[in-house]
Amino acid sequence: MSVAGRDIAAKEIAVEVRGLDIAVHEASGNRIPIVRDISFAIPRGEVLALIGESGSGKTTIALALMGYSRFGADIAADVIRVGDMRIDKMSRSELTRVRGRRVSYIAQSAASGFNPSRTILSQVIEPLLVHRLADRKTAEARAVELFASLALPSPETIGSRYPHQVSGGQLQRVMVAMALITEPELVILDEPTTALDVTTQVEVLKTIKLAMKQSGATAIYVSHDLAVVAQVADRIAVLKDGTMCEEGSVEQILNAPASEYTRSLMAAAQPEARPDAQAAPDNVLTVSSITAGYGRIRDGMPAKPVLRDVSFSIRRGAALGVIGESGSGKSTLARVIAGLLPAAQGDVMLGDEVLPRAMARRSREQLRRVQIVFQHADTALNPAQTVREILARPLAFYHGLKGPAADARVAELLDLIQLPTDVLARRSSELSGGQKQRVNLARALAAEPDVLICDEVTSALDTVVAAAILDLIDDLRRNLGIATIFISHDISNAHAFCDDLLVLYAGSVVELVSRARFSEGLHHPYTRLLVDSVPEMDTGWLARRSAADAPAIARDAISPALCPFLPRCSQAIVGACDTEWPPRRERDGQSILCHRDWGELRPSGHGVQGRTTVMS
Amino acid sequence: MARSENSRPAWLRIAPLILYRFASSLLTLFLVSAVVFTISGLLPGDAAQELLGQSATPEQIAALRHEMGLDRSAPVRYFDWLTSIVTGDPGVSYVANMPVRDIIAQRLPNTLVLAGITAVISVILALVIGIVSAINRGGKIDRVLNIVTLSLVATPEFLVATLGVLIFSVKLLWLPSISLAPDEASWTETLRSLALPVLSLTFVVVAQMARMTRAAVVDQLERPYVEMARLKGVPFRRIVLFHVMPNAIGPVVNAMALSLSYLMGGALIVETIFNYPGLASLMVNAVTSRDMPLLQSCAMIFCGVYLAMMLVADVIAILANPRLRA
Repeated sequence: MSVAGRDIAAKEIAVEVRGLDIAVHEASGNRIPIVRDISFAIPRGEVLALIGESGSGKTTIALALMGYSRFGADIAADVIRVGDMRIDKMSRSELTRVRGRRVSYIAQSAASGFNPSRTILSQVIEPLLVHRLADRKTAEARAVELFASLALPSPETIGSRYPHQVSGGQLQRVMVAMALITEPELVILDEPTTALDVTTQVEVLKTIKLAMKQSGATAIYVSHDLAVVAQVADRIAVLKDGTMCEEGSVEQILNAPASEYTRSLMAAAQPEARPDAQAAPDNVLTVSSITAGYGRIRDGMPAKPVLRDVSFSIRRGAALGVIGESGSGKSTLARVIAGLLPAAQGDVMLGDEVLPRAMARRSREQLRRVQIVFQHADTALNPAQTVREILARPLAFYHGLKGPAADARVAELLDLIQLPTDVLARRSSELSGGQKQRVNLARALAAEPDVLICDEVTSALDTVVAAAILDLIDDLRRNLGIATIFISHDISNAHAFCDDLLVLYAGSVVELVSRARFSEGLHHPYTRLLVDSVPEMDTGWLARRSAADAPAIARDAISPALCPFLPRCSQAIVGACDTEWPPRRERDGQSILCHRDWGELRPSGHGVQGRTTVMS
Repeated sequence: MARSENSRPAWLRIAPLILYRFASSLLTLFLVSAVVFTISGLLPGDAAQELLGQSATPEQIAALRHEMGLDRSAPVRYFDWLTSIVTGDPGVSYVANMPVRDIIAQRLPNTLVLAGITAVISVILALVIGIVSAINRGGKIDRVLNIVTLSLVATPEFLVATLGVLIFSVKLLWLPSISLAPDEASWTETLRSLALPVLSLTFVVVAQMARMTRAAVVDQLERPYVEMARLKGVPFRRIVLFHVMPNAIGPVVNAMALSLSYLMGGALIVETIFNYPGLASLMVNAVTSRDMPLLQSCAMIFCGVYLAMMLVADVIAILANPRLRA
């Protein structure tokens, strides 16, 4: 591949990288290359996306353009050029003068990228001050201007707040302001929307795209999400294990990917719908009118209610997806079912048996039948124990298995989760992320549960690894008849995976829908917003989405007596939605919590199903 | 999005926290007083016996006990004593036969001077050592400082003090080995007499504080916001002073308060070695002579100072936490 693709040869090259190698030195003196022979060029004002899974070196490459490396890795290159600057030839003090002035950086998590004990404004204007580009007064005025152009609320005063006082989406936009305040030539965006909820992501993407266009800066956009990148990038470079698989224009990569790896990435990002399970008709788990939360319980209401009147049931072998954004109460629901958090009101029933609310009062048999697989296998697995010990413990505890019988069962479990027997002697720190999550799953399966609660089990994994874990769970529930509750923030994944979906908003079930009904596209306004917010692998999606009417920015509920979604709802009815709690409307295979009747609901513009057709 | 808890002004959220903290300190002090009183009552022998000596008859002892009020029931004596402490007049020393208040008034300033000078020197030193080794973590300077502070933590202060005397007083003849500066001594003489005790105490407390400072600063240096600041082109010195320190101040102040509180009581050995007329040696004398009013007062002063330091540290930590401040 030529350094600058033929299609961009005619334009002015703003950023050029040739023969970039980055390696870390181990304590033993070994030199381990993490990035090898990377070359690319970006025309002025264009956005190059670096796409890859974790460990592909995408962030490492992007940071090399600031002459910065983590963990003392060393950067070697024939050329790293930004405008007229040779980054690869600069001294440390020269680099300090370039960073934040001519090349700026937007970090993945604004929440941790901001200093918690300094005000937003003081951090945003800091690049101008340390590079002596403006005095404090001018800098502050410039920041306020930027806040306003980035559609931040009350731009005059938001700067006096501390980072914990603004929402994640707003903080991410503040970080954009901080990066653009010095009018840099190159902006590096490192997964700027990955930590955000899908509805917030849309808004932030819109602002980023507009701001980048207005500033005219060249940009590098680091991401693992092809659909997101399709909205903002001009060119895409696909990376794997520190090398470049292919590079080309967005249209070329999306429509005619040359590399096998790119195709597998795209396939993993578009989950295939699985057939409905042949679930038995009897309900294995019934949750009725659960109200739960934190703090002291008075008259059946906790001081900080998280879940309100949640009811659903799940059949043997079926999968129920629980969808919601962060803070909607998804994990609290899992904790209530498992008894980790006793409910304030309502019952959890296993078959016909009402479970005691608190875990301490449940029998060992009752505990065995409900198992949770936690999100972070890293913290859920005891780092001091080997895989054998981790799996043998529940066998002894629930089934009294010891000695050869336990060994045989451990071997069976490993078989079930498709891991070789040589992992048995290892500790969790010696396993990869995917392997850890499999062991985490096997630990729950060892109890032979009737109900398996999977709490965001794939959110910390790369898409390809995550897809394999999902396949595994899907096989298990079909073959073993385990009812699965699949908690996720990703509606497209959950929809592909589950027979029924339960959508939580601020602790209330706003919609409960079967797969068949879901495809009809008639939804509660919040579900519709969620579905419409999932980026599609189509470069025009964001533009179409921008024309849509829903105010997607998260807002607090107005009053506990009203629909919590009211402040964001584009279909609210004056005189109904703002006066009383919405009724639950039921029809076969679907129920929603809404004042609108079925006939009045607007169907979603382009469903989750649409994603699978983009590629054909 | 502004959350509801932030709608109130900052002081309204901080004031109850600090008041609560203050009240719990007072409660602790009250409980401590009960403990001090009980434990001092458990010491074998009593002041009457001690005063009259071996040859006294039981009748004489009983008479003196009555005179001293020792024959009343414990709760009565406790509340009597508590009121006298609170009113600032903890009675008369059995042994010296002068008001405890006067004895303490003589000794307390000495201890405060010693502790104060040591505190100032060791805090500055600890901050510098801690920050320097945190910045160079893993490097040569860090390792050297690490070994030095570790060995200082492990060395008992009587050894440091004795070695100090050996080197500076006996061999080099630079400093006096006994720090009994007369009242009319000049400033330089006072300082010279204080040099060795301060040096010994500094050695002991600075190591602990430096290690805690290093840990707190390292913890902050590895946060993503530090990387962000570097990528904004903020000079490293500025990152440490303006980004890292405001976040490290809470844990650092707490560690320092813990170490410095040692200065009041732990100065004992140093005071003894240098024959320094401080509060700690006074308390030891009170124990050997069963001088309860004096002993109890000294104990209460030590506990009070300790709690006050903890209170100050907590208040600083509360004020330094933006989630509480803003």
